[in-house]
Amino acid sequence: MDLDIDAESVAFRDEVREWLAAHVPTLPSMDTAEGFAAHREWEAQLADARLSVVSWPREYGGRDASLLQWVLFEEEYYAAGAPGRVSQNGIFMLGPTLFAHGTAEQRDRILPAMARGEQVWAQAWSEPEAGSDIAALRSSAVRTEGGWLLSGQKTWSSRAAFADRAFGLFRTDPGERRHRGLTYFMFDLRAEGVTVRPIPQLDGEPGFAEIFLDQVFVPDADVIGEPGQGWRVAMTTANNERGLSLRSPGRFLAAANRLVDLWRSTGEPAASRDRVADAWIGARAYQLYTFGTVSRLAEGGQLGPESSVNKLFWSHLDLGLHDTALDILGPAAETDRAWVEGYLFSLAGPIYGGTDQIQRNTIAERLLGLPKEARR
Amino acid sequence: MRFALSPEQRDFATSLHDYLTGADTPGATRSWAQGRHEPGRKLLRGLAELGVPALLIDEAHGGLGADPVDLVVAFEALGYHAVPGPLVETAAVAPAVPAAQAWWPALASGEALATVVAPPHVPLALDADIAQVVVDLGAGTLGETTGTEVVGSLDPTRRLFRVPSATPLTGGRAFDLGVLAVAAQLLGAGQWLLDASVAYAKQRSQYGRLIGEYQAIKHLLADVATHLELTRPLVHGAAVTASPQDISAAKVKAGDAAYLAARTALQVHGAIGYTAEHDLGLRLTKVRALTGAWGDGRFHRERVLAR
Ligand SMILES: Cc1cc2nc3c(=O)[nH]c(=O)nc-3n(C[C@H](O)[C@H](O)[C@H](O)COP(=O)(O)OP(=O)(O)OC[C@H]3O[C@@H](n4cnc5c(N)ncnc54)[C@H](O)[C@@H]3O)c2cc1C
Repeated sequence: MDLDIDAESVAFRDEVREWLAAHVPTLPSMDTAEGFAAHREWEAQLADARLSVVSWPREYGGRDASLLQWVLFEEEYYAAGAPGRVSQNGIFMLGPTLFAHGTAEQRDRILPAMARGEQVWAQAWSEPEAGSDIAALRSSAVRTEGGWLLSGQKTWSSRAAFADRAFGLFRTDPGERRHRGLTYFMFDLRAEGVTVRPIPQLDGEPGFAEIFLDQVFVPDADVIGEPGQGWRVAMTTANNERGLSLRSPGRFLAAANRLVDLWRSTGEPAASRDRVADAWIGARAYQLYTFGTVSRLAEGGQLGPESSVNKLFWSHLDLGLHDTALDILGPAAETDRAWVEGYLFSLAGPIYGGTDQIQRNTIAERLLGLPKEARR
Repeated sequence: MRFALSPEQRDFATSLHDYLTGADTPGATRSWAQGRHEPGRKLLRGLAELGVPALLIDEAHGGLGADPVDLVVAFEALGYHAVPGPLVETAAVAPAVPAAQAWWPALASGEALATVVAPPHVPLALDADIAQVVVDLGAGTLGETTGTEVVGSLDPTRRLFRVPSATPLTGGRAFDLGVLAVAAQLLGAGQWLLDASVAYAKQRSQYGRLIGEYQAIKHLLADVATHLELTRPLVHGAAVTASPQDISAAKVKAGDAAYLAARTALQVHGAIGYTAEHDLGLRLTKVRALTGAWGDGRFHRERVLAR
């Protein structure tokens, strides 16, 4: 057992560190039109340096970097205070789904533009009557010449107000219930029949959107996997959302170190000492846990229900960390833009990507083997 | 980087589990609490045959020259089975104390046991009535016991004795190895408490359903599993880096996770868990005692934050 990093990865990390030190910008919130545009430019700049999707194959704009190198990249990225990724739904959810279930044509057409931030993707999963219970979704698709016609309503879609395209499940077999008869589609947010209505979030910015679809044509080429197999395809996406890829350990260790610095700069208040220490301990635990996962995957292991353990842990770590920072700041917290932004975002952690309760059910039933609860 | 146990380390853990499962460890532990040491001594001799006290002692002194990762693998198993006796002192601490060098061959072979005093974190010496070696960790010398009177512990299996030592201690490699072993022991105890609770929730029914079907129970156990899963890499990581910050982080998190496991286990078991006959109690009191021993939460959190 060792934590040694090979020379090639050290060289890669040093290159990343140097590049970031010279290039990291300060950008406005990506939940505004102006901020979104600025983020797109930043993603293009990252792509020029071949740093936007380091773990992808070269042909799609990546570097074939190992999983370990990806983790090192993320650590450097957040330690440098670089901005959140406006293309994260695409590169961390749709990307892996296409690698697992897409066709070569889809990968060639979609991934390079995604890597450059030219095409930004929104996740269109939730519906008014289908939140935690995604299998209850009602939006549907019916067969037509050369493709499908999509109808229905999606909601809570992050940054769909500014994004270009979206991915989500639709019921293609009205005779089937629940997880059966669903198909995974990609569609254009500017296509005829699509209406996007922005919904302001807690901070007042239009971070959410509702998407209404009325007979929207989608060609067969934009179905991922086989029609009717959407649920299986979607599980790849969900595991990626909860698991390794979306919440890199770098984010939390960087934030925990900033919290320790904040605590010191405010005179090391004794009242918050334990919480500051616990935040750092949690972030370090998460980092080492990730190194363990990386080692396991490198040896051919798979991500299973552990991704729920991951999600439950980091969402609370993030919340506790930001709560502690606001408490240390006292009345100054109200106007500290960086900590406030992080805090508001951390509040959503226990909700999106599967709520705490859903993660706990998954851990209990699939990891611990407790009996399933009776469902109607 | 390969941050995962080797097949040999996993085999070592399995052989310890197999041995301790077949050796009536709970019976030996209960006798130990009453001062009847023979079944426990036999258990410890078996562990010596498997190499536990020899791990950190170099080959020149009759040991195995293994590393701290092997140590935490062993102590996780010892904690899981609630093995009694001064094992942290004998297998983790004494091998790092030069003054005890003459004793190393005897400790490695299991002929001798060591105990330690290191105020303020280890004010009393465990099992000093049967240990041949008493280490005064602050002074780095061998000490001696004074009384033979047991000082009652929250955990009946921890038989504590007063030892004259005036030398306060806050760190050092030998101390850190003790802390690391305690953290691993806590992790193991927590894992047993979770496993026992899951097994119980799958067979106990109330209101016509297995209690494991109720979300109120499921969610408690899911939280325990999550915290234990995230504790293990801290304990392993601290064994690899040996940094005081990582070792303290492991101790804090292992104490918290094991205590959550203990409180949850008691709740899931209901009254049966509150009986002396049930093995749950052997871990519950040990976990609470070890959470404060070898540096409490306050001390270790301060070390985590030290520049
Ligand atoms: C910041 C943010 C960004 C988001 N971005 C997107 C996005 O880009 N795309 C997208 O599609 N969606 C997005 N979502 C939506 C998110 O996926 C849903 O909010 C989430 O799945 C929960 O659904 P819900 O809000 O309808 O809550 P509900 O499912 O209605 O749940 C309400 C409460 O009931 C509990 N509950 C529900 N079922 C159970 C059960 N079986 N057992 C116990 N408790 C239960 C829940 O845990 C919760 O506490 C986002 C949400 C947030 C907050």
